[in-house]
Amino acid sequence: MAFYSEKVMDHFANPRNVGEIENADGVGEVGNPVCGDMMTFYVKIKDDKVEDVKFKTFGCGAAIAVSSMVSEMAIGKTVDEVMNITNADVAKELGGLPPNKMHCSNLGADALHRAVENYKSKQGK
Amino acid sequence: MKRIYLDNQSNTKLDRRAFEAMLPYFEECYGNPQSIYSLGAVSKDALEEARKDVANLIGAHPEEIIFTSCASESNNLAVKGLAQALKSKGRHIIASAIEHFSVLNSAKRLEKEGFEVSYAPVDSKGNVDKDELKKLLRKDTILVSIQHANPEVGTIQNIKELVSIVKENSAALFHTDAVCACGVIDVNVVDLGVDALTLAASVMYGPKGAAALFVKKGVKIIPQTDGGVQEFSKRAGTENVPAIAGFGQACKIAARELESNAAHIQKLRDKLIKELPEKIEHIYLNGAVSNRLAGNVNFSVEFVEGEALFLLLDAKGIMAASGSACANKNLKLSHVLAAMNVDVAVGQGSILFTLSKYNTQEEIDYVLNEFPAIVQKLRDMSPLYSHFLKTGERKIAGPGTDYDHDHDNDHCQIENS
Repeated sequence: MAFYSEKVMDHFANPRNVGEIENADGVGEVGNPVCGDMMTFYVKIKDDKVEDVKFKTFGCGAAIAVSSMVSEMAIGKTVDEVMNITNADVAKELGGLPPNKMHCSNLGADALHRAVENYKSKQGK
Repeated sequence: MKRIYLDNQSNTKLDRRAFEAMLPYFEECYGNPQSIYSLGAVSKDALEEARKDVANLIGAHPEEIIFTSCASESNNLAVKGLAQALKSKGRHIIASAIEHFSVLNSAKRLEKEGFEVSYAPVDSKGNVDKDELKKLLRKDTILVSIQHANPEVGTIQNIKELVSIVKENSAALFHTDAVCACGVIDVNVVDLGVDALTLAASVMYGPKGAAALFVKKGVKIIPQTDGGVQEFSKRAGTENVPAIAGFGQACKIAARELESNAAHIQKLRDKLIKELPEKIEHIYLNGAVSNRLAGNVNFSVEFVEGEALFLLLDAKGIMAASGSACANKNLKLSHVLAAMNVDVAVGQGSILFTLSKYNTQEEIDYVLNEFPAIVQKLRDMSPLYSHFLKTGERKIAGPGTDYDHDHDNDHCQIENS
């Protein structure tokens, strides 16, 4: 059996929503180059809905696939819905991740949440 | 689909001639070498013939060769068996920091039995520091284990010189894990002056399931597998005759073809080492430049991660390896790169190509063609790279910075929730 599921390999080899958003409404960053994975997420939010997500990720196959998957899952959802996406949801959508790669799904959800929190904190000002 | 195999440090393709040498011992000559009737004698002959071939490759006597199942077993037997035999003389052991885990973890096991272990450091190219080694030697040092050549970064140690340092300054025995050296460079146990040496079939175009430990005549070793009288009562268990026959044949071929293979492989290696940095910016060679295994190419590719690199290479039919944390099952940067003080963030982008006699110029050209685009694809999605392009600076990371969020710097793994 292959190490990664077909869906993971697809999102890794053909990642969706790679890039940056200029004047993004929120930016979130997690990870550390020293650990071998780092993600930066950008969100565009309009009328409480996530209109666009872009990301840049430094990391392994799982980290890139998770970033791509979570970006797809977030687009079109409300801010609250996005905040409720869990790492388990992401792993499930990807058809599972090897046990030692589960932390990558935490990173993906975290980075997205951070970007949304960043948007919220700007709104609060 | 192309299949270009460039992970020969982990396993080599079986030489057809070695394969053919194994065949009779599966179906027709299935006797146990310890049985004294005719069918047993045929197997015994094969075993002893192979023992001669293995001994010949490294300049040993056949009775100094103990067959085992794999290099890990040989290293376990060497480190534990030699240390246990000498424990009344002392309890101090030295291993280099870049040894294979079968040496390092055997040493750790001995620590639990009351031995003390010191680790000899290496320089930035992976050479064992001679002065530091000398300083570590003590009156009660009984064993030093230093790899002949490192599979990951290709650095070849001057074992002869290290042996003389050890012998001049202590009474310790010297074991070398020569798995990557045997069949690639000339290895002669008498010339090197070692007391024990590990070699294995599976990385010299022989089969899996056969390896050996050379133990110099007169050196005592405590068996790690108790049982019958096989292998001079030093390693019990029915011998894997087909694999050992293949191993013997592989050694015979290696002795004959070593020089021409090395010349061919080194030419391909040098092409990769020269041309990859011409095609890709910000990549750095890991390991020694001159005293380097003929088939070893290891680069750190900055701003990208090694597992992602080899997965995309695999999609193009190229099989390689990496020392990055994500590529390791334990999620730690390779202990070899860490011991060489390779920048941890940069080392995450390590990519390892190890070449064999079966690789061709066309294959290397294909790698040179495909690899730069793979690196570019990953850099285009790397926040580290875009930061570098925008600012001209490397993203600072580590404890205390924003990028240290939730991370334990030791292993960087967020606990699963």
